[in-house]
Amino acid sequence: MRPFTYERAASPAEAAAAAARNPEARFIAGGTNLLDLMKLRIEAPAHLIDVNHLGLDRIEETPEGGLRIGAMVRNTDLAAHAKVRRDYAVLTRALVAGASGQLRNKATTAGNLLQRTRCPYFYDTDMACNKRSPGAGCAAIGGFTRHHAVLGTSDACIATHPSDMAVALRVLDASVETVKADGTTRSIPMADFHRLPGDTPHVETALEQGELITAVTLPPPAGGVQLYRKVRDRASYAFALVSVAAIVQRDGSGRVALGGVAHKPWRLEAAEAELKRGAKPASDSLLAGARPTPHNEFKLRLAERAIASVLAEGRN
Amino acid sequence: MRFDSPAGQNPIDQMKVVGRPHDRIDGPGKTTGTAPYAYERHDVVANQAYGHILGAGIAKGRIRSMDLRAARAASGVIAILTHENAGRLDKGRMNVARLLGGPEVEHYHQAIALVVAESFEQARAASQLIRVEYDRAAGQFDLHAARRAGVPPAQEDKRVGDFDRGFAEAAVRLDETYATPDESHAMMEPHATIAAWQGDRLTVWLSNQMIAWTAGDLAKTLRIPKENVRLISPFIGGGFGAKLFLRADTLLAVLGARLAGRPVKVALQRPLIANNTTHRAATIQRIRLGATRDGRLTAIGHESWSGNLEGGDPEDAVQQTTLLYAAAHRLTGTRLARLDLPEGNAMRAPGETPGLMALEIAMDEMAEKLGLDPVQFRILNDTQTDPGNAQRRFSQRQLVECLRVGAERFGWNRRQARPGQQRDGRWMVGMGMSVGFRNNLLMKSAARVRLDGRGVVTIESDMTDIGTGSYTIMAQTAAEMMGVGMDRVTVRLGDSSLPVSAGSGGQWGANNATAGVYAACVKLREAVARRAGLDPAEAVFADGMVRAGNTSRPLAELAGAEGLVGEDAIEYGDIAERVQQSTFAGHFVEVGVDMATAETRVRRMLAVCAAGRILNPKSARSQVIGAMTMGVGGALMEELAVDTRHGFFVNHDLAGYEVPVHADIPHQDVVFLDEVDPTSSPMKAKGVGELGLCGVGAAVANAIYNATGVRVRDYPITLDKLLARMPEVA
Ligand SMILES: Cc1cc2nc3c(=O)[nH]c(=O)nc-3n(C[C@H](O)[C@H](O)[C@H](O)COP(=O)(O)OP(=O)(O)OC[C@H]3O[C@@H](n4cnc5c(N)ncnc54)[C@H](O)[C@@H]3O)c2cc1C
Ligand code: SF4
Repeated sequence: MRPFTYERAASPAEAAAAAARNPEARFIAGGTNLLDLMKLRIEAPAHLIDVNHLGLDRIEETPEGGLRIGAMVRNTDLAAHAKVRRDYAVLTRALVAGASGQLRNKATTAGNLLQRTRCPYFYDTDMACNKRSPGAGCAAIGGFTRHHAVLGTSDACIATHPSDMAVALRVLDASVETVKADGTTRSIPMADFHRLPGDTPHVETALEQGELITAVTLPPPAGGVQLYRKVRDRASYAFALVSVAAIVQRDGSGRVALGGVAHKPWRLEAAEAELKRGAKPASDSLLAGARPTPHNEFKLRLAERAIASVLAEGRN
Repeated sequence: MRFDSPAGQNPIDQMKVVGRPHDRIDGPGKTTGTAPYAYERHDVVANQAYGHILGAGIAKGRIRSMDLRAARAASGVIAILTHENAGRLDKGRMNVARLLGGPEVEHYHQAIALVVAESFEQARAASQLIRVEYDRAAGQFDLHAARRAGVPPAQEDKRVGDFDRGFAEAAVRLDETYATPDESHAMMEPHATIAAWQGDRLTVWLSNQMIAWTAGDLAKTLRIPKENVRLISPFIGGGFGAKLFLRADTLLAVLGARLAGRPVKVALQRPLIANNTTHRAATIQRIRLGATRDGRLTAIGHESWSGNLEGGDPEDAVQQTTLLYAAAHRLTGTRLARLDLPEGNAMRAPGETPGLMALEIAMDEMAEKLGLDPVQFRILNDTQTDPGNAQRRFSQRQLVECLRVGAERFGWNRRQARPGQQRDGRWMVGMGMSVGFRNNLLMKSAARVRLDGRGVVTIESDMTDIGTGSYTIMAQTAAEMMGVGMDRVTVRLGDSSLPVSAGSGGQWGANNATAGVYAACVKLREAVARRAGLDPAEAVFADGMVRAGNTSRPLAELAGAEGLVGEDAIEYGDIAERVQQSTFAGHFVEVGVDMATAETRVRRMLAVCAAGRILNPKSARSQVIGAMTMGVGGALMEELAVDTRHGFFVNHDLAGYEVPVHADIPHQDVVFLDEVDPTSSPMKAKGVGELGLCGVGAAVANAIYNATGVRVRDYPITLDKLLARMPEVA
C-alpha cells in the first residue's frame, strides 16, 4: 500500500472539488473494495476523501413515486428497506445474493456500483493488464477465462463487472445522480453508466474526474414479479457465473438483464420486445454477437437456460 | 515399548475415559482467543520486526536484476533479504524446490526476497517497490500435453496374475480415463513464524505439523546443529499436509532475523500460498475393469499420471487399488511427468483421495454395465486378504458392514436405479455411494508423563494438534492409564525440546501419539507402584489412587514434592507387514441438480466408518464431517486453475479458489462401527481424519449421475461440464 493522506469532506460539492484538484485522489466509502486493492497496490491513491459523513445515507420517496437512495446507504439497509422489498423486490434479491452479511453491512450503494472487476489477472500484479496499466496488454486473453465476459468484449479486455446490485438497478431503469467539481449535478441512466471496455478498459464508467455519486433514483414501481437468479459454483459467497434479473408481467411482457457476462449489466430493450414470443427468441436476441472463449462458452447456454427458468418461474 | 504382537487386555479397555465424547480441552482457549497461534505471539520475545515475502513473478528462469533502492529507502525498512545476502544455504531433506529462490527461479511465487520493517504495512509497501528483471526460460506446465508426449513409469508397475490377458478375456469390460485437478490445502491459518536468535541459538514459534522433521530440515538448511534449534508450535489453524515441512515463512523469518539483528515475524500472504507452497497434484487416471457377467471382478488395472518438479514424487493415486477389491489379474502403476509448476506433495489422504475419486466412479459405471446395484457390486468383490498375497489378512475389515449399515440408514433402497428419474420441484435428485479406504500407518512416537505432588499428570510431547483433538485424546489416554479425572491432566505439545512423537499427518497421529502416551504411562505406573512397594503387575489405578491387595495409596502422596516421571516411546516391529491394517467407510450422498442451470447442491451425506477403537467420538466425528466437507469441495468446486502459458495457478486467493461454505453443507451424519484392532497398538485404534475424505468425491459424482444421467469423469464437476448434456428445459 502506498502511503496516503486522508480528509473528511464537508459537503458533496467540496468532496468533488477536492477530488478534481488532485488526480491521485479517491473517494472512500465502505472501503471493502478499495482497501483490498490498495493493499495489493492495484489502486495506489495518494489521497483519500472520506464521503461517509455527508448525509448521503438516507432513502427517500421522490415526488414521482419512486425512491431516492443516498450514495452511502449500506447494502444491508437497502435490501431490508420495506418499500424496496415490496416494490423493488429484484433489488433486495440481488443485494442479498451478493458478498456476505458482514460485507453488506459496510458496502455502500455508490461503492457497489464502482467495485472493480474480479478478473484474477487484474489481481496479480505480475501479469499484464490493460485495466491496471493501459497499453500493457491483457494476460487473461488466451489464459484461464472461465469467469470472463462473453458479450461486449474487446481485444483489450474481457473482464466482467461483478456487481449483483447493478444488474437489478439496470432492470429497474434506475439512474445515478452525481455532483461535479463545479457544483453542477446530473443524472446518468444506468444504461449509460458503465462502459464497455473498448480500447480503454481502465475507463469503466461515465463519471468524470472528481465526479461524486450522491444518489441512485428508482422510477415508480414497475410491478410484475421481480426475480433475481444468481448462478454460481457454490451456494453462497461467490460471484455470479451468470445472473438474471427479471421483471415479469402478467401479460408475458417484461424486462431481463444479465450479470456476469459483460463489462456492464447486459440488457437490450430490443430483446425484451421478443419476450411475448417466448424465452428463446428473447435470449437469442440478448446473446447475439457473443464472443466467448473456450472456457466460458458455457455461459451462453447457461444464460439461455437460466432466463427460461426465471421467466417460467415469473409466469407461475 | 516394543509392539510386535497383537495387544491383549490392558487398562485402556476399561473405556472409562477413552472412547467418551469428551469436549476438547483446548476448546475454551480457542473460542476465547487465548490459545496463541504463531503470528499472535507478541509477548514471547521483545522488539519483533515484520517481514513480507516477495514471490517470483515468473515460473522458470533467472533473475537478471533486482532493484532494491526504492524499497530500501521506504519508511520503516530495516533489512532486505535476498539470495545475495542470505549466506550459504543447504536444502531440507523434505524440500524439493529451494525455499529462497534466486538467481534461479524454480516456480511461480517462489520466495525471492523478504523485506523486514518496523510494521507489517511498511514491509508490504516496500516489497511492492522492488523491481525485478527476469530472463524467462521455457517450461512444461501442461500435464495433459506431457502425457500425450509420453511419460515414463515413476517406479516399476505392480502386477499380479496376467492383467493383459485377464482384461482381454473378461466378459464385461470398462476402460475409462478420469482426471482430478491440482488442489490447495486452503487451511484457515496461513503459514506463520516468529524467529529469534540468541547468539547461535535459534527459537522459532511457528505453525507446523511435524516438529522433528522441520527442526531437522531447518538446521540442515542453515548448516547448524539441530540442538541449536528450538521449535514451538502448540496451536495450528489447520494444515491438511501444507505444514508437514519447513516452508518459506520459517526459513525467511529466521534468515531475516539474522540479517536484521532482531526477532522477525512472517505470515505467508494468502495470494502466495497456492503457488509458493505445496499442493495436491493433478492426476489423469486410466482405469480398466474386467468382470464376469455375474459381477465378479477378474481384472483391475489402474494407471495414474501426475507431474512434479525435478526430485518430486508422483501423486500415488493407485495405492488403494492394490488392496481394495478382489481380482486375480491386477496392474497398478504411476507415471511422473516433469512439470515446472509448484511442488506437488501431500494433501489430506494423498493418493487415496484422487485415487478413489476415479476408482469409485469406475466401480459405479461397472455396476451399471453389469446391471448390479452399486452397493451389491462392491460387497460381491470384497476381500478379507491382501489380493496380492492371500496369506496376508486384513487385521479388521468391516467394509461390507459399513456398506450394509450405510445403505439401511440412508434409505438406499429408495434410490432409482435408472438415472434422471427423481424430481423435487426445480431439482433433479439422485443418490450416490462410494467406498472409503485409507491405510493405517504405524510410526514411532514418544512421550513423557509427569506426576506431581498435587496428583496432576502432565503429558509432554512434540505432538501437534492441528485442530484434530490431539490434546484431548492424549489427556484421555493418560487419565485412563493413571486412573485420574480429565481435570487432573494437563498436556504440553508442539515443542521440539519434548520427546519426539509421530506428529500429525497421514491420519497416523491419533493412534501413534496416544500409544506413545500409553507407553510412557506404563513406565510411570511402574514408578508409582514401586514407590508404593506394590507389584506393578498387580497394581490397579483408579480414583486418584493406586491399589493392590489391601494397600491403597493416593498418587499425589506417592509423587511427593519431587514428583515421578515416566518416559517411553511406542515402537513397532513388522506387525504391519504381517497383517494389513486399513480403515474403511461407506459414503452415501444425495444431491439435487438444478434442471436449468445444472448447479449441484448436496442435500444430505452419511459416512459409516470402521476404523478401530474410536478414542473420542466427538472429535472423531468432527474430523469426519470436516473431511466430508472437503470431499464436497473436491467434487464440486476446488481446482487450482493452471495457466499453461505462464505456468502458475491463476486463482490464488480464497475468492478465486472456492471451498464449501456453510450453505453448501446442509446435513451430515457419521456412524462409527464398533471395532477394536489389537494389531494397531495398545490403543487398538486407527486413524479417521483422512478416511472421512476418501471416496466422498466419487459418491457426489455418482449421485450427480444418478440425478441427471450425465457422467462426468473430470473433477470438479462444475455446471459447465453438465450443461450440454442436461435435458431441455420446458
Ligand atoms: C469477499 C468479497 C465478496 C464479494 N462478493 C460480492 C458479490 O457476490 N456480489 C457483489 O455484487 N459484490 C460483491 N463484493 C463486492 C462488494 O459489493 C463491494 O466491495 C462493495 O459494494 C463496495 O462498496 P464500498 O462502499 O465498500 O466501496 P469502496 O471500496 O469504499 O469504494 C469502491 C470504489 O467506489 C468509489 N466510490 C465510493 N463512493 C463513491 C461515491 N459516492 N462517488 C464516486 N465514487 C465513489 C471509490 O473511490 C472506489 O473506487 C464482494 C466483496 C468482497 C470483499
Ligand atoms: S481481462 Fe481486462 S482486467 Fe483482466 S487482465 Fe485483461 S485487461 Fe486486465
